[in-house]
Amino acid sequence: MLTEITTSRFNPQVDPGLHVWGWEIPVYLFLGGLVAGMMILTGYFLLTGRHRDPRSACHRLPGLGIALLSAGMLALFLDLEHKLFVWRLYTTFRLASPMSWGAWILLLVYPVLLASLLLGLPRTLGDRVPRLAGIARIAEELRERPGLVRAVAIAGMALGGLLGIYTGILLSALGARPLWNSALLGPLFLVSGLSSAAAFSHLVAREPEEQDFLARADNGFLIAELALLGLFFIGLLSSTRVHIEAADLLLGGPYTAVFWVFVVGLGAAVPLFLQVLAVRHRIHHSPVIPVLVIAGGIALRFVLVYAGQLSHWSPV
Amino acid sequence: MARFAMAIDTSRCVGCMDCVVACKTENGVPGGYCRDWITEEVRGAFPTLSLEIRSERCNHCDRPPCVACCPTGASHVEDFGHVVLVAHDLCIGCKACLASCPYDARFIHPEGYADKCTFCIHRVKEGKDPACVAVCPTHCMHFGDLDDPESEVSRLVASRHNHALLPEAGTGPRIFFLTSVI
Repeated sequence: MLTEITTSRFNPQVDPGLHVWGWEIPVYLFLGGLVAGMMILTGYFLLTGRHRDPRSACHRLPGLGIALLSAGMLALFLDLEHKLFVWRLYTTFRLASPMSWGAWILLLVYPVLLASLLLGLPRTLGDRVPRLAGIARIAEELRERPGLVRAVAIAGMALGGLLGIYTGILLSALGARPLWNSALLGPLFLVSGLSSAAAFSHLVAREPEEQDFLARADNGFLIAELALLGLFFIGLLSSTRVHIEAADLLLGGPYTAVFWVFVVGLGAAVPLFLQVLAVRHRIHHSPVIPVLVIAGGIALRFVLVYAGQLSHWSPV
Repeated sequence: MARFAMAIDTSRCVGCMDCVVACKTENGVPGGYCRDWITEEVRGAFPTLSLEIRSERCNHCDRPPCVACCPTGASHVEDFGHVVLVAHDLCIGCKACLASCPYDARFIHPEGYADKCTFCIHRVKEGKDPACVAVCPTHCMHFGDLDDPESEVSRLVASRHNHALLPEAGTGPRIFFLTSVI
């Protein structure tokens, strides 16, 4: 039985396969997820009192988070085709649009990151830089109010969770792309963001005890990520023809090698194995492991964004 | 309120592309882009093959995913005829609507906004047919109000065997292709 379809349509970015999102969106989704994870980790550190240790990595995370999130938003801005109209995002709120939710969540994330940044400022800042004495005083007052510290921590964790899940929902809400038609993308991107954040924090941590804690946490996140990937495939493969064809893009199709080598292998399984050895003190902690995890997080977004666009309902 | 739709007789369509040229001329569609296009679908096993030629465009769906995902409200359902339109000065060019359309009916205009078929709403408001319908030399295209049981479109959809594209996507497309094969 032959079914052959030809079309006269050849619109740029749409034909022969949809490719409307280039490097900017995977980079934005990765950085958004990474910062989401950093906010959750920072919140945890604040709740458990680790912020009282001036050498804790949690003091550096909010500042780095602001820089990384701003870089991600720059990537998002570069992707827009009608850039001068970007402000239109903030003249409305569209309940059914994950992108609208994301725009407003991002706006709420910055004040919380700034508050976390204040908490982490060195106590001697005012003496060392007299111009910043006012800011140092506000930070000191903030630190002396445990209720406020707790509120900042909880707000950071809640917004981090929302931000991390949103980066996945952004894709899964687009029903025309079967590869993305999974509610698991939200949790998957959140857990991947947490894993990347733990790896990133591991790189900036100085205390061996903290490195050990972050590596243990990352092992948990990596196991959860691999489990969610397994469930993601089960969901697609037990669904309709178009979903099975979408899964085939990663199971024998053009994105198979890059997915299994760089996302599952070098990005999760290998660092998980090495990190299990590290936390059991069979090998030393090495920056190579968190770098592999971060590269795996980036690769996951690239593969899913690129392959997802190729997946389609239409037989054309 | 009207709910505009099209019924296109595939047994009459010869794929001459007059509809494509008329649309580009009427709407100033830039070179290299198209709001409507011709699709040819061959099915069967030789020698019992069948050919369906379709003039395709935005389906102006009853449940348009492009409207739901739009973060600014640029993509909207116009009150007049329930036609799906894009407000150019609200569109930020995020391309979520392109990714959300199962028909890939949209594109990014060189000026940066999302663009697609409008059912020539400016002509319809003047009481005319969309340009593609008006120029069709085989009169295979019919435009009208699906909510009016007396309209030509409603009568054709009710009386002729027809199919929409990808009904399984659940968007409620309003372009109906009339066929002679049952």
